[in-house]
Amino acid sequence: MHELSIVMSVIDIARKEAEKANSAIIEEIEMDIGCLSTVDLDAFEFAWQLGVKETILEGAAIKINRIKGKATCIACETSFPLENFYDACPACGKHAINIIEGKELRVKSLILS
Amino acid sequence: MCATCGCDANENLTIQEHGHHHEHNDHHSHHPGKKVVDVEKDILHENNLLAERNRGFLDAKNILALNLVSSPGSGKTTLLERTLTDLKGELDFYVIEGDQQTSNDADRIHATGTRVVQINTGKGCHLDAHMVLHALQGMKPVQNSVLFIENVGNLICPAMFDLGEKERVVIISVTEGDDKPLKYPDMFHSSTLCIINKTDLLPYVPFDIEKVKANAKKVNHKLEIIEVSCTNGEGLQHWYDWLKTKVIAPEPV
Repeated sequence: MHELSIVMSVIDIARKEAEKANSAIIEEIEMDIGCLSTVDLDAFEFAWQLGVKETILEGAAIKINRIKGKATCIACETSFPLENFYDACPACGKHAINIIEGKELRVKSLILS
Repeated sequence: MCATCGCDANENLTIQEHGHHHEHNDHHSHHPGKKVVDVEKDILHENNLLAERNRGFLDAKNILALNLVSSPGSGKTTLLERTLTDLKGELDFYVIEGDQQTSNDADRIHATGTRVVQINTGKGCHLDAHMVLHALQGMKPVQNSVLFIENVGNLICPAMFDLGEKERVVIISVTEGDDKPLKYPDMFHSSTLCIINKTDLLPYVPFDIEKVKANAKKVNHKLEIIEVSCTNGEGLQHWYDWLKTKVIAPEPV
């Protein structure tokens, strides 16, 4: 249940940014959560509901961009969508790959008022 | 409210599936009178900063730090007991023990004569860089030593948290399933060495060692693999040799 730690980190980042901008209300928070990051969305949502209570993020709309996995094969340089870490390159069948997208875990933006 | 289970669906939540990055330039026109802040900050930013601070401290003192991760019961503590005993006098060791409760593991390490700090995470499922920072402050390890950080037995959560280690070592025992690297890929993906433990039990369990190795390599093609038995000592020399190759000899003064 590391999702609660993740939520607490998000609250911390949002609170600091709002303080910096002299804002007391966050209307919306936008995050990138890659499909290959170690975050389960259901667990995240559950942790979110508990975690944001009585914080600056209570009531804020959440926008989550799910970024799909993408990899490049080291052997044949093919770029392909990667659903699982163990997927092989569809062109040459090798597992020697570099993951280039899908591991994002980022607070992208806030809308303050 | 969800009619099936009664849970509260979060009406504020929007999930967008895309394979590309989002453009933000049009935000201002969408939200007149509101202030849009582009944050672009890694959610684990605080942990990562502290991890780098730990890494800097460890590098400066030429301390080799290894983060040992596995599911509970794979034999992390037993592997440490053997290592600390067998290599006593050859290398200087320190151990940080992470568990939810008790100092049982720290007591076992202490019995080998090694300096050890126990971290109890309470309800926490992983160690983080902040906990390790404080453990290091209390421990004051000397230079040119080896620090083992035995993480909480959990094959999921500790994968996300950089502690400032040089190498991450994932341990799996032959009493577990040989498909574990596929079921818990994050940990195998983020590790540099995989130790397969309890190989003395191979005749008694339906564990295909070649299959587990192939599965681990599918998830992480760079992963090194060493097979050991802490009971009969088989393969331990490979692990000790690997460890010694990672220790950087101190610069002559």
